[in-house]
Amino acid sequence: MSFLNLTLSLIFVLIPLILSKTLNLGLEKDTIIAVVRSIIQLLTVGYILHFVFTSNDYLYIILMIGLIIGAATANARKKGTSIPGITGKLIFTFLFVELLTQGILLGFGITPPTAQYMIPISGMMVGNSMVLAILFLNRFASEVHAYEEEIELILSLGGTPKQAIHRQLITAIKASTIPTIESQKTMGLVQLPGMMSGQIIAGADPIQAVQFQLLVLFLLLTTAVITSVLLGFLSYPTLFNQRMQRVKEVNPTD
Amino acid sequence: MKPAIRFEQVNYSVDGLHVLRNITGFFPKGKITTLVGPSGAGKTTLFRLCNGLKSPDSGDIFINEKHIKEYDPVTLRRKVGLALQNATMIDGTVFDNLSLPLKLQGKQLEEAEAKRLLNLVGLEEQFLSHGAKDLSGGQRQKVSIARTLVNRPEILLLDEITSALDRISQQDIEELIMNINKKFGTTIIWITHNLDQAVKVADYTWVMIAGEVVETGDISVLTAPKNERVKLFVKGEEN
Repeated sequence: MSFLNLTLSLIFVLIPLILSKTLNLGLEKDTIIAVVRSIIQLLTVGYILHFVFTSNDYLYIILMIGLIIGAATANARKKGTSIPGITGKLIFTFLFVELLTQGILLGFGITPPTAQYMIPISGMMVGNSMVLAILFLNRFASEVHAYEEEIELILSLGGTPKQAIHRQLITAIKASTIPTIESQKTMGLVQLPGMMSGQIIAGADPIQAVQFQLLVLFLLLTTAVITSVLLGFLSYPTLFNQRMQRVKEVNPTD
Repeated sequence: MKPAIRFEQVNYSVDGLHVLRNITGFFPKGKITTLVGPSGAGKTTLFRLCNGLKSPDSGDIFINEKHIKEYDPVTLRRKVGLALQNATMIDGTVFDNLSLPLKLQGKQLEEAEAKRLLNLVGLEEQFLSHGAKDLSGGQRQKVSIARTLVNRPEILLLDEITSALDRISQQDIEELIMNINKKFGTTIIWITHNLDQAVKVADYTWVMIAGEVVETGDISVLTAPKNERVKLFVKGEEN
């Protein structure tokens, strides 16, 4: 795509701006900010990636992956403030997902050990893992809050913290992974995955694009389940102390 | 009288608010103690400390003269059974709820035993297959008592367990608790707002007001109070 074509694509920005102005939607400022930010951010990433791809130095690859994990952690931790030490748990989870997926891909020679493959795949995996972590943490916190009395009941009858929180943990794990599984059921029927579409537009053989997309889908499935399960089992013990007591107060005055 | 639970200078606070102050005293072993006092006196919190759901900020609690910290939490909670006023039910049937304490130990409750427990608390056998969350407040309280009894606790902490019951059911439960106490020697500690009930069932009484133990002793504490605050409480003027 030439710069002239890219400039012409701004027509698609003008349409919402004109509509917003005409209908008094008040979206002009936010639209302009969004467009300017996405141009700057994507061009910056594009140049950084170009630099990393051409140098193909593993140090830069590791730095890029570190940045991806750092950004994902900073974003997801906001949803887990009620869980002590959530930052460390998220970093561990994202690192585990990254090492496992890259380990399988590189170990079995499915993808070559180059920046061109490693960085985009890491971005997709950690990005998906981040969304799953946010979904899980949101659901887990609301489940624990809603069933606080049930958790206390099980503890009071001599249940362990794991037994007391089991139902809330499983519900949150299932609820957070269902969207990934459901979206994969309609893949190709309702939507063509962005990466596959991109490859086809860029001139790749559709069959090869599909094969690569399938690989990514399977990886996403793995990362979804691993993220929720790992984060869940790392998080629940911190809600209890060594005397198997809930750390949070229940009806403190009477 | 030997103590089943003994407190020495127990304090407990939440966010700087003193919920329990210098609690010292004991609940006698094998007896029924009624624990009375206005709302916010810290009675339920005291139960949570006895069952090990919470630990005091300072002071010591002894169960059968052994420090509470020396008990493994799971053993302690089976030994000191707790039935709370809200009578929380887990999803499922009454049988699922009665089975819960044994299920937590990896065991199964026999249906015959479940029926016996229901009879014991005055519920008919057909309730076993009823949805526990569909029960009335009184029925839930009865199931809650039966469920606590599954662990065969040595000490039974009952928190307002008859508050949702009609007069006849209240009397049934009072008789049941007195029978359990006599038959098995179970130590009973019973929080109640019903002073007539407190006098009727008690061997021993504690009066708590604003996080403090104001008076302890036999039922004369309530029938002929000497302490001014207890007098006001009995008259219904202390809040």
